[in-house]
Amino acid sequence: MDYFLVVLFQIAGTVGNLALISVGLAVIFGMMRVINLAHGEFIMLGGFAAIFGVQAGINIWIAMLVVAPLSVAFLGIVVERLIMRRLYGRMVDTMLASWGLSLLLIGLATTFFGNRVVGIAAPVGSFQIGTYSLGAYDFVLTGIALAVFSSGYALLRFTPAGLIARATMQNREMASSLGIEPARVYAITFAIGAGLSGLAGGLLAPISGVLPTMGVAYVAKAFITVITGGASVITGTALSSVLLGSINTVSTFLTTPVIGDVALLLAATIFLRILPTGITGRIFKGAP
Amino acid sequence: MSDYLLEAKDVAMHFGGVKALDGVDFRLRKGELRCLLGPNGAGKTTFFRCLTGTHKPTRGRILFKGADIAGKERYDIARAGMGVKTQVPSLFDGLTAHENLWLALRTVKSAAEREARIADAMERVGVSALRSGVLGRMAHGQRQLVELAMVVASDPDLVLLDEPAAGMTDVEVDRLASIIRDLNRTHTVVVVEHDMHFIRMIADQVTVFHQGRILVEGHVERILADQTVRDVYLGKKHV
Amino acid sequence: MTVMALSRSGGVHVALAALAALAGIVILPNAAPLYTLINVTLYMSMGVFALSLALLWGYGGILCFGQSAFFGLGAYAYAVAAINFGDTTLAAVFAIGVPALFAAGLGYFLFYGRLSDVYLGVITLTVTLIFFKLINSTGGDAWRIGAARLGGFNGIPTTPLLTIPFTRIPMSPAQMFIFAAISLFSTYALCKGLIVTRFGRAVIAVRENEMRAELLGYNARRLKLAVFVISAGIAGLAGLLFANSVFVSPTMFSLSMAAQVLIWVVVGGLGTLFGPVAACFALQIATAVLGKLGIVDPNIVLGLVLIIFVVFVPGGIQPAFAALLHRLMDIRADRPVAGEVAR
Ligand SMILES: Nc1ncnc2c1ncn2[C@@H]1O[C@H](COP(=O)(O)OP(=O)(O)OP(=O)(O)O)[C@@H](O)[C@H]1O
Ligand SMILES: [Mg+2]
Repeated sequence: MDYFLVVLFQIAGTVGNLALISVGLAVIFGMMRVINLAHGEFIMLGGFAAIFGVQAGINIWIAMLVVAPLSVAFLGIVVERLIMRRLYGRMVDTMLASWGLSLLLIGLATTFFGNRVVGIAAPVGSFQIGTYSLGAYDFVLTGIALAVFSSGYALLRFTPAGLIARATMQNREMASSLGIEPARVYAITFAIGAGLSGLAGGLLAPISGVLPTMGVAYVAKAFITVITGGASVITGTALSSVLLGSINTVSTFLTTPVIGDVALLLAATIFLRILPTGITGRIFKGAP
Repeated sequence: MSDYLLEAKDVAMHFGGVKALDGVDFRLRKGELRCLLGPNGAGKTTFFRCLTGTHKPTRGRILFKGADIAGKERYDIARAGMGVKTQVPSLFDGLTAHENLWLALRTVKSAAEREARIADAMERVGVSALRSGVLGRMAHGQRQLVELAMVVASDPDLVLLDEPAAGMTDVEVDRLASIIRDLNRTHTVVVVEHDMHFIRMIADQVTVFHQGRILVEGHVERILADQTVRDVYLGKKHV
Repeated sequence: MTVMALSRSGGVHVALAALAALAGIVILPNAAPLYTLINVTLYMSMGVFALSLALLWGYGGILCFGQSAFFGLGAYAYAVAAINFGDTTLAAVFAIGVPALFAAGLGYFLFYGRLSDVYLGVITLTVTLIFFKLINSTGGDAWRIGAARLGGFNGIPTTPLLTIPFTRIPMSPAQMFIFAAISLFSTYALCKGLIVTRFGRAVIAVRENEMRAELLGYNARRLKLAVFVISAGIAGLAGLLFANSVFVSPTMFSLSMAAQVLIWVVVGGLGTLFGPVAACFALQIATAVLGKLGIVDPNIVLGLVLIIFVVFVPGGIQPAFAALLHRLMDIRADRPVAGEVAR
C-alpha cells in the first residue's frame, strides 16, 4: 500500500515537472508555430537568474517565482525583436535560428558563469510515508504546475485577451483583418513563453542544479510533450504530461532512469505515428 | 470488360458531416469529351480527387479500364493512365517548363524520344516560348498552360482538367478551347468549367453536379434550357 | 539556373574535385606534419558527413535533425564488428550497412506514416538523443556486444584501425589520409552523379511538389525512403572515417554534432554539394583555432554563424558566391543586366 502511494506521488511529481518544462514551449509553438529550440537554454538562464537572486540576498521564493521568469521574459522580448520577428512564416528558419541561439546562449553561459553545476538548497524538507521518505518540494512543483495551468486555462477561456489569443492561434489572417495587430500578439506571446520557461528553470534549480549545458536534456522532452499534446496549448500539454509522465515514472520504477527517459521518448514517437495531430488534434478538439 | 473507359458507381465522399459527394454514378466512353458543371461546392473537384486517388471515397466503386481504382495509391492510378490538371496549378515551381515536362515523361527511356515528345507537347499547347522559364515566376495563365502541356506530354488514357480556363484572357480562352478540341482527337477528356461560352465551344455532352450528386446529364443545349439547371446554377451566372 | 540546370555542369565540378583530391593526396602526406595530416583526415570525415545531409536535405527536401544518429551508429557498428571479427574490411561494410538498415526501418515508420516535415525533424532529433542517452549509460562490464565493451561515456578507445585489405597491417596516418580523401571525393562524385540520374531527378521532383510527383506516377514515399537510406549509408561511412581518425564515443550522437552538420549545410547553401563541404572545412578550422586561442567558446561562434546565415544569407555561401561571380563577369562583359542566377 505504501509502495503504491509512493509510486502515485512520484507520478504526480514527474507529471508536474514535465508540464512545467513544457508549458513555455507550448505557448510559443501553439500561438506562433515557432519551434523554439533555445527553450532549454531559457530554462537554464531561469535557473541562473534564481541562483544569482538568492546569492544577492533575495528571498528564495521571490527569486524563483519572480526574478527568474521576469529576467527570461525580458530576454525573450529582445530575442523576438532581433531575430524571430524577421522570420515569421518561415517555420524551418525559426527552428534553425533558435538552434543557433541555443548554441550562442550555451557558449555565453559557459564563458561567463563557468562550466560547473551550481545549486541552491530546496526551501522545504521531506516527509515520510511508512518507511519511504519523499521530498515535499515535488509537491510544491506539482502545485505550482497546477496553478499555472488552471490560470492559463481561465485566462484563455474567459478573458478578452484570451479570446484574442485563441483567435490568432486559429486563424492569423482573420485575426489581423479584425484589427488585431499580430506583431504585438507575437511579441507578448514570445515574452510570456520565455517567462514560463524561466519560471520552470527557477523552480528546477533547487532539485537539479544549474549548468550551462543543462538545456539539452529538457528541449527534447518538452518538445515531444508539446507535439504529443497537439493543437491546444493548455489542455494538450496537460494531457500529454499526464500520459508521458506516467509512462516515464512507471518504466523508471521498473528499470532505470535512463530507460525511463528512453521509454518516454519512444512512447511519444510511436504515439505520434498513430495520432499524427496529437491528443487534442483528434480527441479534445477545440479546447484552449 | 465493359465498354466504358471510366465507370463510377455510387461514389460518396464524406468529410465529417459534409457530404461533398453523395452517390455519384458516372460513365464515360473512350474518346468522349465531357464537361462537368455545377455551382461552387457541388463536388466536382472532390470527384476528381477521388478519381486520382487523392481521396479514398467513403463508399462506391470506380472502374477505370475495367479495374477498381477506388482508394488505390495516387501513383498507381497515374501509372494506370490517369492524368490531371488540378484546379490550383500544381507544378514543380523551382524548375523550368522543360524540366517539368521532362519529369512528366517518367516511362520514356530514350533521351531523343523524350526531347521529341517534350517539344511536341509544348507545340500542341503553345508554350514552346516558355521552355526555359522557371515556373515559380510565371503568370497564372502561363502556369495553367504549362500544367496542361505536362498532362499532354505524359499521354494518359484519360485527361482530367479542373477549371483550365480560370484566370485566362478571352484570347487565351479561345486558344485553350481549340487546344482541348485538338486534344480530344487523340484522348478522352473530362473538363470542369464554369464559363458557358467556353463550354459551348468545346463540348456537346455535359454533366451537372449539384450538392454532391449528378443533377442531370445530356446535350449541352438541352441542359442549358433545362429549368431545374437554370434554377440551381445558371440563374446566378452569366448564360 | 535551377537545380537541374546546375547539375549539367556537374562533370566539370567532379573533374575539378578529382584534381583537388589528387593534389591533396600527392602533396600533403609528404609536406605536412603528422598532426596536420590527422586533423585534415578528421575534417574530411566531417566533409563526408556534411555531404550526407546536403544530399538528404538539399535534394531530397528531408530535414533530418538527427543525422548524427547514423554517423554514430556507423562508428559503433564498425568498432563492435572490428573487435568481434578481427577483420576490419568486413567491419567497414557494417559501418555503412547498419545505419542504412536502421534508416530503412526508421524511414518506413516516418514516411509511410505521412508525418509532416516538422515532426520528422523532431523525431529524428529524438532518435539521436535516445542513442546518446543509451550509449552513455553503457558503462561497466555488463554492457558488451560479443567481445566489445561499449564503455559508456568513455566510448571505445580500443577501436581497431582499418587494415589494408587482405593483410593485417593497419593503415598508417598517411594511408588513412589517402583513404579519407578518396572517400570524400567518391562520395561527392556519387552525389553529383546521383542527382542527374532519373532517380535523382525524381527525388528532386518529390522535393519540389510531392502531390504533383505522385500525380505523374512517382512513388514519393519510396523515393524519400531510398534517399534517406543512401544518406544514412554515407553518414555511416563518415562515422567509419571519424572512428579511424579519433575514436568512437557517445559525443558522436550528441546534439552539438547534430547541430554542426546542419550548420555546414545552411552556411554552405541548401541545394548545393560543394558549399557544405567547404563550410565544414572552414568552420572546423575556425573552431579549432578559436579553441586553441581559448578566447571564445566555439559554441558562441557556431551559434552566431547559424543565426546570421539564417537571417541574412538564407541561401548560403555557394549561391551567394555564384551570384557575385556572375555579376562581376557581367560587368566586365559590359552586358546590361545579369540573367537568371542560381536561387
Ligand atoms: N478536404 C475537405 N475537408 C472538408 N470539406 C471539404 C474538403 N474538400 C472539399 N470539401 C467540401 O466539399 C464540398 C465540395 O467541394 P468541391 O471543392 O468538390 O467543390 P467544387 O464543385 O469543385 O467547387 P468549385 O467550383 O468552387 O471549385 C464543399 O462544400 C467543400 O467545402
Ligand atoms: Mg473545384
